[in-house]
Amino acid sequence: MSRPSGELKFVSAKRRVREDRRFVAGRGRYVADIALDNMLHVAVVPSRYPAARIVSIDASAALAMPGVAYVLTGDRLANAVDPLLNGLDTPNVKRYPLAVGQARYVGEWVAAVVADTRALAEDACEKVVVEYEPLPFVIDTEQALDPSSPPVHPEHGSNVLLDKTFVWGEVERDFAESPRQLTFRVVWGRSSTVPIETFGVAAKWDPWGEILDVWASIQMPKYPDQIARALRIPANSVRVHHDVDVGGSYGVKRGIKQTVLTAHLARTLDRPVRLIEDRLDNMRAGDAHGPERIFDVEVAFNDEGIVRSVKMRALDNVGAYAGRSPFQLGKPIGAIVGPYQIKSVQYRAQAVTSNKAAQEAVRGFGQAPTNYAIETAIDKVARAVGLDRIEVRRRNFIRKEQFPYLIPSGTQYDSGDYHTVLAKVLAHADYDGLKREQAELRARGLLAGIGIAACLEPSGGNSSFEPLLNEKNTTTTWMDSCRIHVDALGFVTVTIHTTSSGQGHETLAATVVGEVLEVDPDHIRVVRPDSLASLPSNSPVGSRMAIMLGGACFHAAHKLKDKLVRIGAKQLGRPENEVAYARGAVTAGGATLSWTDLITIAHRNFHLLPEGMEPGLETMHVEQVPTGSKLPENGRVQMYPCHSFEFHLILIAVDPLTGKPEIPRYVIGHDCGTVINPHIVRGMTLGGIAHGIGAALLEEFVYDGEGQMLTQSFMDYLLPSAHEVPKVEIVHHCTPSPFTVLGQKGSGESGYLGSPAAISGAINDAVAPLGISFSKLPIRIAEISDAIAGAAVSRAEEQR
Amino acid sequence: MKVALNINGETRTADLEPRKTLLDALREDFGLVGTRAGCEHGVCGACSVLIDGAPARACLLFAVQADGYVITTIEGVAPAPGELNVVQDAFCETHGLQCGYCTPGMILTAHALLARNPHPTRHDIVQAISGNLCRCTGYGQIVEAIERAAERLRVVNAQEAAGHANEEERG
Ligand code: FES
Ligand code: FES
Repeated sequence: MSRPSGELKFVSAKRRVREDRRFVAGRGRYVADIALDNMLHVAVVPSRYPAARIVSIDASAALAMPGVAYVLTGDRLANAVDPLLNGLDTPNVKRYPLAVGQARYVGEWVAAVVADTRALAEDACEKVVVEYEPLPFVIDTEQALDPSSPPVHPEHGSNVLLDKTFVWGEVERDFAESPRQLTFRVVWGRSSTVPIETFGVAAKWDPWGEILDVWASIQMPKYPDQIARALRIPANSVRVHHDVDVGGSYGVKRGIKQTVLTAHLARTLDRPVRLIEDRLDNMRAGDAHGPERIFDVEVAFNDEGIVRSVKMRALDNVGAYAGRSPFQLGKPIGAIVGPYQIKSVQYRAQAVTSNKAAQEAVRGFGQAPTNYAIETAIDKVARAVGLDRIEVRRRNFIRKEQFPYLIPSGTQYDSGDYHTVLAKVLAHADYDGLKREQAELRARGLLAGIGIAACLEPSGGNSSFEPLLNEKNTTTTWMDSCRIHVDALGFVTVTIHTTSSGQGHETLAATVVGEVLEVDPDHIRVVRPDSLASLPSNSPVGSRMAIMLGGACFHAAHKLKDKLVRIGAKQLGRPENEVAYARGAVTAGGATLSWTDLITIAHRNFHLLPEGMEPGLETMHVEQVPTGSKLPENGRVQMYPCHSFEFHLILIAVDPLTGKPEIPRYVIGHDCGTVINPHIVRGMTLGGIAHGIGAALLEEFVYDGEGQMLTQSFMDYLLPSAHEVPKVEIVHHCTPSPFTVLGQKGSGESGYLGSPAAISGAINDAVAPLGISFSKLPIRIAEISDAIAGAAVSRAEEQR
Repeated sequence: MKVALNINGETRTADLEPRKTLLDALREDFGLVGTRAGCEHGVCGACSVLIDGAPARACLLFAVQADGYVITTIEGVAPAPGELNVVQDAFCETHGLQCGYCTPGMILTAHALLARNPHPTRHDIVQAISGNLCRCTGYGQIVEAIERAAERLRVVNAQEAAGHANEEERG
């Protein structure tokens, strides 16, 4: 089952994305559109304190309101369900859908009110009287690390969830032998993906059939299993409907607490129940914030700007509960040296709890913050040795002929050609011209800077970081599947086994199956069975579906093709290797059997089938992650199989009076191997850059000293609008991956993984003449203008 | 409170709580779920509908306030079931969407723009959609879709005008 050798017909062609038709007609089917008969609605009572013992909850006034069905408290819920899945081995950090005994952040759900309408449920929430006894709390990351800080989970003993140091290679020796060293700190502020659709879930329990039906806006690996465990029911009693469109996720739609809560209510009340977060619920307590990370970095290099070794400490404030979020410190280990030939690395990963909302997976699973730290290091090295920042990158890049390239932490990079991508971008952007433009902007009195970022997108997500950070975990597969069915009239139906949130998986599946079978993808139907009728999937996380679903579709289609060839060989009386397949027909020795002939035999003529072949025409394939077969050894592991490359080159102009940055030029070179659908990849990259602009300049979940959250609406947590996102020029390059069926790599996180680093670099370049710099994201307009004003004041003072 | 609303060319009646937003009424009482809730505080534009042809936020209006206006939702845009209009088709052509959640609002906003400005510049388009947040696309392919739709509409309108003139001559 080798790669198609001839011209690709459908793969890489600019074909329409089939999903788009239903969306432009307003016919997407999102969870809020699922209205079940006799359905009840949930609203939640939020904690007012960052930490407080829940002394009592009096729901009598709420329950007395007409239309109110039920009020659930954490204590009652904790008797009926098990704690939610905890990724790390920290059994005393228990997490339930509602606060149990103690509230641990402002907004945490303390009670749930169920009523005939959401509006009534909200009204009734106001009538629930909660008596609290405030407790000491901790908000700041470094304070949380301090052993004297109040522990968020007293039973756990401290706020430290994870503190693991890895040493890969001869770090101390490399440092001792390097003539130059520098150290710095950068901080990645707490932001997230914030989809326009909040999280929502509807659940229905059938006590006679003993089955729980779930419709959710979900992007979560092993979701049905997690629901079943928490509810203490058999996994085959949970039926998740995958034909729900998810209104954006980019990682965070993991609503397990919402689901367990809603499912428990449906079971208790014997009525369908729906919970749709409003924006406030979502921002404050949807448990969907992203990494909040301090990096302390030491770099060892020489006068030529060659970086030999790095020591990185990453300290992450995960908020009040763990979930999978600490693993976001683990995944970047698979690309910890970026695209550079760095010989050795020391990496200390620390995760602490605090009295903030819990974190969830965010696009790149920790890679974008890490890339920001690595790229800041390279910029600083360039400045230290007085070389152009691009030249330093060029000198340190892994060379094309070195692939597959083993990095110190145990991952082999599959392929790449970083020097060519860089050269193409410089040529496209006219680097010298860009510098002239910068000089002109400066001459006009603006601050102008050039930003550069080179980084990798590890893709094809397996879950190797789990066993790496938690020895009790022995996961070595993260499979995905495809089934192909050809009906008796010869029409092809392909199944995929997860929900999608805008990634175009139906298009992906149809394109790959169509390519292999040489059938027009537009004639292929793609369906999503519910979870009980599904093959294994791990959902579209980790930039994996082009590789994993693409791989599964490719192999399933080849199995189907092989069946047809065998049927043909038998009819034509020829050995299989003499039978050629083309466009659905098989030919041997001048005789041909058409698609219809073959289908008829498979579906009706058992007597003509090769011995041992089952009737009908159906194949399936469960795809193992390429390269992902081993457990970690000595702190080293093969993380993701494929590594896409991106190179950002941008020009930023800052108005010195207002501090407002504009991006007159944004060029990105992008290499994700073989592209399956160019429209989809382009959209991912453009969307990722926009998201990165948000993380770099606008977005942050800010808490004040009292633990209250200040940015909980779209008025103060600012998403980039069309005004803030510039026109982006994409320069393509294709270095196929040797590890995947079509040479494809992932692109679901592209753009986002490098744009914050590039923007930070550009702003720092712009303000460098003033002697100021920024080392924390987001770099907001007010901070820029304050720093510029401050620099002017100190200059004036110097002159006096 | 009884209302009779003109939605997509039909008169639709319902008995609504006065506090009910137009967004909730469209979705819950009239079954028009193509209008989406994103923030419910007037920022994201996911709930955009056209009121007398101009984009408006259905989350900021009470349904009872919409009485007497001509309301268009995404369901009122396609010329026939299964058939896309020019703007919808252009969004499909450039892939001006991903998850589709912001898309109805974007398409209605684009309609309103193109109805009043057949020659929009890139700046006009950015300005028009700047009140509609899209988290998926970074807007690039949306702007292209609207540019393409504008081109097409100009061609279609020119043809129609020519056809019209011919008919008049013959008549
Ligand atoms: S839902 Fe109306 S503007 Fe966001
Ligand atoms: S397409 Fe997903 S928010 Fe715009």
